[in-house]
Amino acid sequence: MNKTLIYETFKPQIQSKYEPTVIQRNDTAKTFSPQDPLTKPPKILIVIPAHNEEKNIGAVLKGIQKQSPGFPILVINDGSSDNTEKVALEHNAEVISLPYNSGYGIALQTGFLYAVKNDFSIVVQMDSDGQHDPADIKDLIEAVRMENCDVVIGSRFLSKDSYKSSLARHAGMLLFGGIASLLCGQKVTDPTSGFQALKGQAIEFAASDNYPPDYPDADFIILLNRCGFKVKEIPVTMHASPEKESMHHGHKTIYYVFKMFLSIFVTLLRRSTKR
Amino acid sequence: MPPRIQIISILICILLVAYVFELVRRKHLSEEYSMGWLVTGTLMLILSVSDHAIRWVSGLVGATLFTSTLFFFGLMFLMIICLHFSIRISALTQQLRTLTQHIGILDHEKKLLEKKTQRPRWETGTSNLEQL
Repeated sequence: MNKTLIYETFKPQIQSKYEPTVIQRNDTAKTFSPQDPLTKPPKILIVIPAHNEEKNIGAVLKGIQKQSPGFPILVINDGSSDNTEKVALEHNAEVISLPYNSGYGIALQTGFLYAVKNDFSIVVQMDSDGQHDPADIKDLIEAVRMENCDVVIGSRFLSKDSYKSSLARHAGMLLFGGIASLLCGQKVTDPTSGFQALKGQAIEFAASDNYPPDYPDADFIILLNRCGFKVKEIPVTMHASPEKESMHHGHKTIYYVFKMFLSIFVTLLRRSTKR
Repeated sequence: MPPRIQIISILICILLVAYVFELVRRKHLSEEYSMGWLVTGTLMLILSVSDHAIRWVSGLVGATLFTSTLFFFGLMFLMIICLHFSIRISALTQQLRTLTQHIGILDHEKKLLEKKTQRPRWETGTSNLEQL
């Protein structure tokens, strides 16, 4: 008997057990439906945006398949000029290739659009450069499934292993993490983390026009909070990014700081969108 | 206003308006985007031709030189046009992003369908030449 059949057979019992409950979160209310990941086996998708990552993507995919076998993996090939697509296909991942390099946020959002289109209930996003440890995927999924939250962020600073980063980068994380903590009323230690799990309406929200197009950061966490989504951080292990220039590096740093301040400011000016 | 700058200004405005009309006629510029240039050219032409108008506007903005009034309004119109373009470019960029994402997803679905179905018809069918 497959899982869907089990669910259909025991639907009345499940429905009575999980009577729609109204849970107050911030100033919005959410009704838990029988489609909630707690009652129905969730459809989980792992989304990996990749741009010219032929050297690292193979190892990342192998790691995921070893740690979390059976989960569908979607690689968004963001206009790579190397063999990223070929390597990903060789490792049995689904690949969506964008016609040109559109940037991290757009590539990631393509994954959310795909997840919404194909009724995935949980999306785990991670980087393709081997920075994120596939062993933490299960923790992220468990946290987003079992706990009363919509988005779980893997934080490198909650982990016991100390993550080494440049002074400027660390200062930026502290600054925007501090602003996000202040505005969200909860501690946000790692707003730049691209290792996250989202569920249900949070996926739809990320697939909408609300999503920051270049690189989602503290501004998106603040926006999620203002729109009534519950965000939680859990500790994860992060390795230093190999042979790659960070997207917050060099002249881009000035644009990043400017963009982040502007984005946070206008997020606060906008009327909070209720979902 | 000194007659030389007045003549130059009138000529530039007439040339601008005429050139914009020509571009629209040749369909090199859409009506939507010609509006800003035509309004700018016409208003600058009125200010350059009419002594009374430039005096009144200069008094209104507190300019002591009439040429300053012309520069001020010319610059202001250009700023408005540039802002309008920035807004349009932002909208176009957003549309392009959405198109890119949908093309990527559609292409993926197309490949999946191709995999699911049999080999393409042109591989399995008889030669087109024989059908003729």
